[in-house]
Amino acid sequence: MKVSVFVSPKQGVLDPAGQATLGSLKSLGFDEVSDVRIGKYITLRLEGIDADQAEERVREMCERLLANPIIEDFRVEIER
Amino acid sequence: MKFGVVVFPGSNCEMDCYHVIDKVLREEVDYVWHQETDVSRYDCLVLPGGFSYGDYLRCGAIARFSPVMEAVADYAREGGLVIGICNGFQILLEAGLLPGAMLRNTCLHFICRFVDLRVENASTPWTNAAAVGQVLRIPIAHNEGNYTADAETLRELREQGRIILRYCAPDGTVSEEANPNGAMDNIAGICNEGFNVFGLMPHPERASEALLGSTDGMVIWESIMAHYRGKG
Repeated sequence: MKVSVFVSPKQGVLDPAGQATLGSLKSLGFDEVSDVRIGKYITLRLEGIDADQAEERVREMCERLLANPIIEDFRVEIER
Repeated sequence: MKFGVVVFPGSNCEMDCYHVIDKVLREEVDYVWHQETDVSRYDCLVLPGGFSYGDYLRCGAIARFSPVMEAVADYAREGGLVIGICNGFQILLEAGLLPGAMLRNTCLHFICRFVDLRVENASTPWTNAAAVGQVLRIPIAHNEGNYTADAETLRELREQGRIILRYCAPDGTVSEEANPNGAMDNIAGICNEGFNVFGLMPHPERASEALLGSTDGMVIWESIMAHYRGKG
């Protein structure tokens, strides 16, 4: 089973890399861009577990290690 | 007094800390490998700077699950002295032994230079040899030193006097211009509620001998020793 985890900076938390990229896009003429947030995309492969269990396990992985809840949000997608 | 310098794969300031404790302070010191599970024989633990586990995922995120960190957490809970310098500070944050988190420096650069630090609380095991308002000149060297915390945590840190060091101008003025990395409230170092755990981004071990351009880091080491000997 393939699982995708998207980790992104929490709303309201400063994202210096996103801000710098926003500035760069604007200087390239992409004036329609109003915000850039840069996060992480993590893929996992799980064995011997069903999709419902996997969701719970992966959320726990995110809370304990893959994301820092103080500064990051996460979203889990399971390929069923 | 016996110090333990905790070494993670990727630590790179452990020898500097060991050198200062051994040759400058002339105190006992051991390296403590990250697989150790007993740290009870030490009077103070130092988590040194570096790039533990290559800073993979987030700075300190993987190191905080090293076997030794469970022992460090127990040691801290019992009131043991723990100081985390730079990456050591980041590990303490990830481990939840100190509140808040580190973001990337606002300038997006690795910053390696001397900074001025205002001592905000001189009644701690870490700063009792200083005076409030004293300015210490100590270098920083990091890419993620932009301290952040939610408003409630920040309020608690302020009210309880747990903000120990703040980035300032040479005359002690705390200003935005004197903030090298974007840290909230110019925070360079904080303590836990019991004041026995201290995290700071500057490197006192790099400013403990005149040859290196500053001996202001000695204020921290001397405070620790004075506290241990009941004078701090």
